[in-house]
Amino acid sequence: MAEQILNDLPRLLPEVTLTATMLLVIIVDLLTKRSAVIPAMIALLGLAASGALAIGQWGVHTTVFSGMLAVDPFAVFFKLLIAGCAVLVVLFSLGSSELNNRERPLGEYFALLMGLTLGMMLMAGANNLLMMYLALELSSISSYILAGYTREAADSSEASLKYVIYGAFSSGLMLYGISILYGLTGSLDLAVINQTLPSVVAGGGTAVYALAIAGILACAGFGYKISAVPFHFWTPDVYEGAPITITAFLSVASKAGGFAMLIRFLKVTFIDPAAVAIPAGAWATLQGFDWHYIIAALAVMTMTVGNVVAIWQTNMKRLLAYSSIAHAGYLLMGVVVMSNEGLAAIMLYFVIYLFMNLGAFYVVMLIANRTGSEDIEDYRGIGPRAPFVTVSLSIFLISLTGLPPTAGFIGKLYLFAAVLNTQGWVWLAVVGALNSVIALYYYARVLKNMYLEKSELTAPLTFSRPQRALVLLLVAPVLLLGIYFAPLAQLAQASVKIFGTP
Amino acid sequence: MASSLFGIGILSWMTFLPVLGMVVVLMLPKGRPGLTRWTALAVTLVQVALAAVLFGYFDRSLAGISSQGTMQFVEKARWIDVQGVSWFGRVHIEYLLGIDGLSVVMVLLTALISCVAVISSWTIEKSLKGYFALLLLLDTGMMGVFVALDFFLFYMFWEVMLLPMYFLIGIWGGSRREYAAIKFFLYTLLGSVLMLLAMLALYFSTNVYIDPAGTLYSIAEGAKLGIPGLEKIHTFNLLQMMDPGNFVPGSLLAGFNTFWRYAAYVALFIGFAIKVPLFPFHTWLPDAHVEAPTPISVILAGVLLKMGTYGMLRISFPIFPDAMRHFAWELALLGVISMVYGALVAMAQTDFKKLIAYSSISHMGIVVLGMASMNTQGMMGAVFQMFNHGTITAMLFLIVGVLYDRAHTRGLNEFGGLMNQMPRYAGMMTVAFFAALGLPGLSGFVSELLSLLGAFQTFQTLTIISAVTIVLTAGYMLWVLQRVFLGTLPDKWKGLTDLNARETLMLASLAAIVIFLGIYPAPMLNLMNTSLNALSGIVLHGGAGTMMGMN
Repeated sequence: MAEQILNDLPRLLPEVTLTATMLLVIIVDLLTKRSAVIPAMIALLGLAASGALAIGQWGVHTTVFSGMLAVDPFAVFFKLLIAGCAVLVVLFSLGSSELNNRERPLGEYFALLMGLTLGMMLMAGANNLLMMYLALELSSISSYILAGYTREAADSSEASLKYVIYGAFSSGLMLYGISILYGLTGSLDLAVINQTLPSVVAGGGTAVYALAIAGILACAGFGYKISAVPFHFWTPDVYEGAPITITAFLSVASKAGGFAMLIRFLKVTFIDPAAVAIPAGAWATLQGFDWHYIIAALAVMTMTVGNVVAIWQTNMKRLLAYSSIAHAGYLLMGVVVMSNEGLAAIMLYFVIYLFMNLGAFYVVMLIANRTGSEDIEDYRGIGPRAPFVTVSLSIFLISLTGLPPTAGFIGKLYLFAAVLNTQGWVWLAVVGALNSVIALYYYARVLKNMYLEKSELTAPLTFSRPQRALVLLLVAPVLLLGIYFAPLAQLAQASVKIFGTP
Repeated sequence: MASSLFGIGILSWMTFLPVLGMVVVLMLPKGRPGLTRWTALAVTLVQVALAAVLFGYFDRSLAGISSQGTMQFVEKARWIDVQGVSWFGRVHIEYLLGIDGLSVVMVLLTALISCVAVISSWTIEKSLKGYFALLLLLDTGMMGVFVALDFFLFYMFWEVMLLPMYFLIGIWGGSRREYAAIKFFLYTLLGSVLMLLAMLALYFSTNVYIDPAGTLYSIAEGAKLGIPGLEKIHTFNLLQMMDPGNFVPGSLLAGFNTFWRYAAYVALFIGFAIKVPLFPFHTWLPDAHVEAPTPISVILAGVLLKMGTYGMLRISFPIFPDAMRHFAWELALLGVISMVYGALVAMAQTDFKKLIAYSSISHMGIVVLGMASMNTQGMMGAVFQMFNHGTITAMLFLIVGVLYDRAHTRGLNEFGGLMNQMPRYAGMMTVAFFAALGLPGLSGFVSELLSLLGAFQTFQTLTIISAVTIVLTAGYMLWVLQRVFLGTLPDKWKGLTDLNARETLMLASLAAIVIFLGIYPAPMLNLMNTSLNALSGIVLHGGAGTMMGMN
């Protein structure tokens, strides 16, 4: 057993590196009080090392620690995505006035950020229900603290408290679902559950109902993490109250981790290995619980509620919060079709979403640093005052809407293509497409305020060179991937390899 | 006819020159308005020169439409190539440009109108660099739509136009500009997402063979030639989509006259009809026109509206000839409703610009009626009318702009007796108005006549009803002339000056085209004759013949 663990340890190096980084940040912070830069540098180095080690795992296709964690291209892809997101958020944090204008040093903040990243990385690889639950809790607990990190601000504390309550409630529900699954199958290992389930379902009777209840309860946990409607109520408040860097991180990485876990759970647990005569790359689920329609309903509700409610928002962070809810809805379309094509589309979308959503949050943060406001009304006439960042923000918003020639269009294209290429789901594609028209309305409202409205303030807003460089770093991929997306599509297709599935 | 400079073909130059111009404009120093204007003008003048080259070298005997072999000035390059995996095929998207008798007319029109729009933008003062940058970007989008032969590329260009247009109306427009701009944006996007879905459905429903060099072969060709190394892939190539043999049996859009084919046709139709705009999708147009600054109105009416009808002719008709025939009467009916409704509403307007906007709806109805006839005559009338409407309506909007610049009002009832005050203006306006109402000897007459003649052969009753429009048009147009020029000159307009040199240049060059094509339309008609003959053949017999062959 011990030998097994030692053998498996090298496979865990990205996570181990991150843990070491977290500890190092805490120690260094104790020694060098009041400096934000040194812990940040350590965090960046740790993340880079962890990412490099994750790249080294490319092509590995196995599980470690008796099936607890999977190491496969799918997990590696999401680990890299999460690490990349964390790197950007660390960079954002260094320039954030709301974080730096405080008495407390930032060391603790970076340590928690590492913990959060670690939890999300574990979510990407978790192959056992217990592991999933632990990873989820690790990331949740870190994010509860981070959401309330600027606790001097009243809304930050409120956000944190709401987050804890909703989080505890949904993880409770999820745990209950897990316990039912365990009761039915006698195992927490996804592969074992998959082998046992057919005989459980074959028995018929109450077992089938129990399975359905377990499925719905488990959905609560995942739905909470990806903020799908109706488990989304925490999202706007937390996104508004949390420091904007954390909001940005939660909106991308947390969602990515949640999606990775949801996909692995669905695919590995419920795939029907006996099903034949379906097109290559598609899969069928076991009898007993029809996931298609549940997820399709979630997708439709999520994107519609997200988009419609976003129309009424007056705060930029809240608007982006609802927009990120809507994006979870689009992404769920890729799960509904139960095909590798849908998964590849989700993964491609996430890479693009990383750049466009983080970019949007970053510009909002930069503007808030200067003007002290996140109110959309305060964006009036800001365009001519800060041409570079507002043009960038426009590009991010256009990309979020999904208009060519930005990368957001390519993401939507692949998602809609996956849906249209599966029989019987044309209506879902139509709903998704109409939703992107609704989305245009609220994104365009920001454009309108920035450029079409006048303001009595005309003093130019200036930003430092590194800040502009970072904005450029985020804008460039959004435009380039919109025009040439072949390498990204190739990467996404190559990453759809989940351990334990054909 | 592969003419190229630095290995880049003439169509690419025409399309991307404005983007280069945009970059130059953005890099120019602030506070040099003259330089910015001249740069933009130089770019569009080069475009006009290139268009003249196209006109000269265009081979009138080649049909194009569905065969790449007879497309002219073709440029092809591999753009996106994503290798397939076991569960998802290879994605191969070409950068494919080319023109035939249908698109060459639109390319000429676009070059001409863009140049006129730049000249008429000379008086714009507000954020000049931003304005011309957006205008040039818009130019690229328009040109690209008319030369793209790949659906993906077409869609890219189609969407690229939205944002510049939104800002051009929204920043430089009139008092209700924000409302008009967002309305335009939302309407057009609604249409284009439907188009996007139809495009994807077509993509997955068609396949072709590709050889290692990247050349596409239709399924029939590929099977016959038996070249080694052929791979079967889906394609966005519009010309391959027009070949019924390329549809994957059992796919969503395979077969003829199926529910999904009709659905896809309708989705495309809504996308295009919003742009035309056809009743009942027209309500964005009057708002956009009234609020837009004059040059943008000129572009909107002169080129953008044509994209809708061009899209139908280029994409909907040859790919879905069965659905086109099935819905031909409904299409003609919407055309006729637009004609009559547009004319009636125009008659009730007291705002000069709104009146012209509604007259545009009415005139685009004629285009749709002509197209729906499915015969060569009707289609030639339609395409010619697209060109003529472009030039005539551009004149009309310029005329409104000239008056508004001086009087700062567009209220028709506030004017009178301007004939002696502004004689040159009166001359230009008379030419434009008589051309718009279809006076023989001016270009509008030829195209309207051809459209109606063609339509009469297919839809007699509808065409007779539509003839009412001619009377209505004459009514409101003459009434405008009367209200503006005749009667007594109010005291407050005694100071109005006549056209200056710049305005005269714009209007006179357009008027020359209108008069020339009215007297001698052959150069334009010869350009499109062969292609539209082929298109009419596909629309009338496409699908049906294959069906009979299969049965």
